[in-house]
Amino acid sequence: MATSEDRPPEPAAGGRALRRWAWGILPLVLLAVLVGVFLRVGVRGVFQTAVPPVEELAIERVVLRPGTIVIHLVNSGPQPVTVSQALVDEAYWQFTISPDATIPRLGRATVTLAYPWVEGESHRLRVLSSTGVVFERTIEVATPTPTPDARYLTTFTLLGTYVGVVPVALGLLWLPFLRELPERWMGFFLSLTAGLLLFLGADAVAEALDLAASVPSAFQGVGLVLLGVVGAAVILAAVGRRVAGEGLSRRLALATFVALGIGLHNLGEGLAIGAAYGAGKVALGTFLILGFAVHNTTEGLAIVAPVSRDPLRLRTLAWWGALAGAPTIAGAWVGGLAYSPVLGTLFLAVGAGAIFQVVYEIIRLMGGGRASAGYQVAGFVAGLLVMYLTGLLVAV
Amino acid sequence: MQALVNLLARRPRRRSGGPDPGRRNLLRAGLGALGGMAAASLAPALRAVAAPGSEGHSLGHPHANLTVGEVNLRRVGFDPLAFLTTWDRGVVRRLPDGRVLREFKIVAYDREIEIAPGLLFPAWTFNGTVPGPTLRATEGDRVRVHFINAGTHPHTMHFHGIHTAEMDGVPGVGPGEIRPGGSFTYEFDAIPFGLHLYHCHALPLKRHIHKGLYGVFIVDPRQGRPPARELVMVMNAFDTNFDGENEVYAANTVAFYYARHPIRVRRGELVRIYLVNMTEFDPINSIHIHGNFFHVYRTGTSLTTAEYTDTIMLCQAERAILELRFPYPGRYMFHAHQSEFTELGWMGMFEVTDGDV
Repeated sequence: MATSEDRPPEPAAGGRALRRWAWGILPLVLLAVLVGVFLRVGVRGVFQTAVPPVEELAIERVVLRPGTIVIHLVNSGPQPVTVSQALVDEAYWQFTISPDATIPRLGRATVTLAYPWVEGESHRLRVLSSTGVVFERTIEVATPTPTPDARYLTTFTLLGTYVGVVPVALGLLWLPFLRELPERWMGFFLSLTAGLLLFLGADAVAEALDLAASVPSAFQGVGLVLLGVVGAAVILAAVGRRVAGEGLSRRLALATFVALGIGLHNLGEGLAIGAAYGAGKVALGTFLILGFAVHNTTEGLAIVAPVSRDPLRLRTLAWWGALAGAPTIAGAWVGGLAYSPVLGTLFLAVGAGAIFQVVYEIIRLMGGGRASAGYQVAGFVAGLLVMYLTGLLVAV
Repeated sequence: MQALVNLLARRPRRRSGGPDPGRRNLLRAGLGALGGMAAASLAPALRAVAAPGSEGHSLGHPHANLTVGEVNLRRVGFDPLAFLTTWDRGVVRRLPDGRVLREFKIVAYDREIEIAPGLLFPAWTFNGTVPGPTLRATEGDRVRVHFINAGTHPHTMHFHGIHTAEMDGVPGVGPGEIRPGGSFTYEFDAIPFGLHLYHCHALPLKRHIHKGLYGVFIVDPRQGRPPARELVMVMNAFDTNFDGENEVYAANTVAFYYARHPIRVRRGELVRIYLVNMTEFDPINSIHIHGNFFHVYRTGTSLTTAEYTDTIMLCQAERAILELRFPYPGRYMFHAHQSEFTELGWMGMFEVTDGDV
């Protein structure tokens, strides 16, 4: 092992630097040699059984077209898997598989069945490997899979608008109200915002972990969540350090960050809603959409709370509203038309990370505030409570 | 914050796409030969999969409820059409008292068999096939079965019939379980006449039966039965992922085989079906024959029929001889009349013809 030395490098340090890099690279070279040897001769001396390999196929997506079911498979196990037969509702059914019945590790294949599925009813799909392992997926409510035509794009755009854009814009309308408030109430509303956002973040983490359970194991769902949450938080923090000044510009930057964090969160939320709708897991009733709208109105309030005392242009407000609300539409499109659990998990986690970072910034901003602790605590609790109560309207 | 910690500590639910945990853990544990899993080679690749309908034409509708592809008979271990009419009558000698002695040699060994196209099952077999050979004797014959256990687990042969306790082939009585590498000769008289069976009775019983250790044992009455086209059908099923439920059902092991390859019989000739139910995990199995009625001889122990019907059900190890004639040519389906079993493979066709069979 190379030892680190405290002496500053000498002028003729070219050789030393070279040696240091050599020490750094040596383990990698040896590892490459080891990998090469293993690939050539196999893992000698390790007990190998004659049992079938561990097989894992993930049914990533099911597409329903009139009279046809298409199953998208991913091999998330350590070994190639060969598909032997397919069943729908406990019946062997004729199918084609492409590109090949044998799916390599992390490879994909699609199984196509001509099956007279019944709209609005439930169907159970099963794929059998050559060793008889069963992989299944239940379609809770069979509905035709959205295709990217004008009608569906309109549907998902409206969905995103109702759930994301409109509520955020409504929330922004609290700005005049906030302006009129006595100084001491500002602490209350900033804390309220922090509470709202914290609740939103925790909610997003829960959803991401939920979804992580359905991510093919090779893609490590929980790892994705961690990557998304922490990655988003630290990157935002680093960017925030760069742009934030003091006073007004700092508060404006913070509001922008709140909008960005909420936007990222809404991207994930849109994805989840679009996917649920597209996969026929949920019939999006009026009540559910209303619930989301009420729930998300609080997001607009969160954006303007830091800058309620500052002069603002309408354009800036519109820009924040778009930043926070519009990603819901993009999310709904992607979720409804090209959904993957990996993508969904990552987006939800990134949204959560962004929001946690924003909460941290708000709390720092209040640190130098003149508001009393009582108002702040009350605001924080009120924020959590508001989210909880409006969340009751969204029982997915 | 505590709520967050709790959220993060939550264990994810079981993946819906994954295999059931039992099988997975078993495989992960990798206790192979010791853990109750037969040796299994890596599955060979499927041949190019046929387009829907290209092979289902025999059934005349496009969305055929059928398996895809063809089995490889070498991997099945036998030709299911030939199996229908294959009898092992043993090596025959005369005993000093004039009686007939029939000697059979049965070897139990582990083997992977193909039960549907591309689907391999790690079976335990008698003589390498599931079902094992159809043994056939005449009422009153002396039967000697030389049993060799070349498998990886203790096995026995338990015959249904009338015999001494020592020859009953159950654990703890007489020779009890025959260890791997061991052997034993079972000897008894072939009585009573009828349609019987043999199977392994080692513990755990369910697994030793459903893994494939069973076969048919026919004892013909002394005076014989009227000449007929005789067919042996064992209703069986396979639990491919070891979750206590069958994934594949069939007559004679291969799902939908007789749907793809109909059983040819002549119009008007007497057809005699030796039907034995060896289905594990389900309380009953059944058969329904289309466009016809048959006479039932339950257990085959009587020469007079008690029942005239088109559908009968049997518990595991129950059996019946069915006799019928097809008056009209054409294709007639036969299948379990539990529709679930039908759709999972227990379905076939008779091809009734005036021509050569």
